[in-house]
Amino acid sequence: MTKLLVIAEHDNAGLKAVTLNAVAAAQKIGGEIHVLVAGSGCVAVAAAAAKIAGVAQVRLADAEHYAEQTPENVAILVQAQAAGYSHILAAATGMGKNLLPRVAALLDVAQISEITAVVSPDTFVRPTYAGNAMATVQSADAIKVITARGTAFDAVAAEGGDAAIEAIAAAADLGLVRLIGREITQSARPELGAAKVIVSGGRGLGSREKFDEVLEPLADKLNAALGASRAAVDAGFVPNDYQVGQTGKIVAPSLYFAIGISGALQHLAGMKDSKVIVAINKDEDAPIFQVADYGLVADLFQAVPALIAELG
Amino acid sequence: MKILVPVKRVVDYNVKVRVKADGTGVDLANVKMSMNPFDEISLEEAVRLKEAGIATDVIAVSCGLPACQETLRTAMAIGADRGILVETAEDLQPLAVAKLIQAIAKKEQPQIVIFGKQAIDDDANQTGQMFAALMGWAQATFASKVALANGLATVTREIDGGAETVECKLPVVITSDLRLNEPRYATLPNIMKAKKKPLDVFKPADLGIDVTPRLTLVNIAEPPKRRAGIKVADVQQLVAKLRNEAKVI
Repeated sequence: MTKLLVIAEHDNAGLKAVTLNAVAAAQKIGGEIHVLVAGSGCVAVAAAAAKIAGVAQVRLADAEHYAEQTPENVAILVQAQAAGYSHILAAATGMGKNLLPRVAALLDVAQISEITAVVSPDTFVRPTYAGNAMATVQSADAIKVITARGTAFDAVAAEGGDAAIEAIAAAADLGLVRLIGREITQSARPELGAAKVIVSGGRGLGSREKFDEVLEPLADKLNAALGASRAAVDAGFVPNDYQVGQTGKIVAPSLYFAIGISGALQHLAGMKDSKVIVAINKDEDAPIFQVADYGLVADLFQAVPALIAELG
Repeated sequence: MKILVPVKRVVDYNVKVRVKADGTGVDLANVKMSMNPFDEISLEEAVRLKEAGIATDVIAVSCGLPACQETLRTAMAIGADRGILVETAEDLQPLAVAKLIQAIAKKEQPQIVIFGKQAIDDDANQTGQMFAALMGWAQATFASKVALANGLATVTREIDGGAETVECKLPVVITSDLRLNEPRYATLPNIMKAKKKPLDVFKPADLGIDVTPRLTLVNIAEPPKRRAGIKVADVQQLVAKLRNEAKVI
């Protein structure tokens, strides 16, 4: 039976939910699923990984030099563990994207980024051109190293499994990198990449002050993340990290509000996989209406406060 | 200190790509090509390090068709001192490019290689990390701020939900994210000057690198089309639809 290795994503204290999506992608491929937990003082993470439905074994590398899970150190650990696995997977998060190409190069194999579907154990679908062209690719390598887009694979159950936890030897500490500080944005709002609801604004908001004044109450009401079009970022209404689009963040929330956004290609590329899209724009010919499930042709400065009132 | 900046020629970010009807690829005939936007940011950062007196040479490298010479000329107009083209008609995948850049790095001995975090055509986000692995170097990916002092690179990186700052020993790989800087435009005098800057051309075989693709493209297709929905008359109707029809609030 083929064996697959999924790299757990965690912060030493707890397992990140996106690991459940990566395990789901592994299940689609099929075979015996092992989860690798590399960290420091992360026994609780291993215990959580052992409970994931469908996981056969947890391999735990607990060492001080994995505290920050630097890709330099973790990649050589994964390389040392790779023998016997047909597939190595991680979620296509900042961490997975940082680590797996490094693993693939050490194994002298291709890496397959951000798959959205499994066609067969060696063939996968992945978006290219910001999702405008879906490529089906077949790998000729002995080990397939894959990142899986979380939104494309429904999470497996976090409970129900009873896998054995096997401690494994740590690999060397390369000592190439030292973490100086980590700042997780302390926002009451969900993160753009993980939010279920996103409220995005465009040039139609007119100014930085109006952007905040009009959109923040709506985002508060819906517990939504705030996003923006490139035009709004270029106009200085909001910082770069708000940008949704081809050169910004690619998002796929359950509900996306495009407010005062005309719908340039570069923006559509970043949000068109959202489940439900609402557009509010005073220009009825704006291209955003061609992708919106619900379009409201109105002056946003009147419509948004009315919307907040209606939401109650 | 030398800085190497790999630059990729890609379909311009404003172009709506069209998938060929036979599913063999995207139609590149008569399509505007430009430098990958993330590579422009990398190049800008390298040129600023030179202007600050930290770097001595900025070398742009591109891999692909002869037309990549245009991309290299653009790089030199922005401020690269010279260009290197590894010329091949082969479909270059990230591992092959990482190996080609490795061969160039062995010749040039840069202390810093700045890649774009990803190319906007294949969206792979791999080459910088792969190159770092092949060289055994530290990697500071998705960089939003870079500072150099005392043989160390201090890099602020974008991570999920925030940022972190790492200190890396040189030599180092940096991959640039959007927030790193705002690239300048090439001025006409600099475009003219760039025409006279040196540009060397190699073939993968000259470098002893096998660039055979590891992945076969089976098919390329348009994503499922999103159809326009309905126009609602007012916010009352909108909220009712979201509650009762879409059931998302």
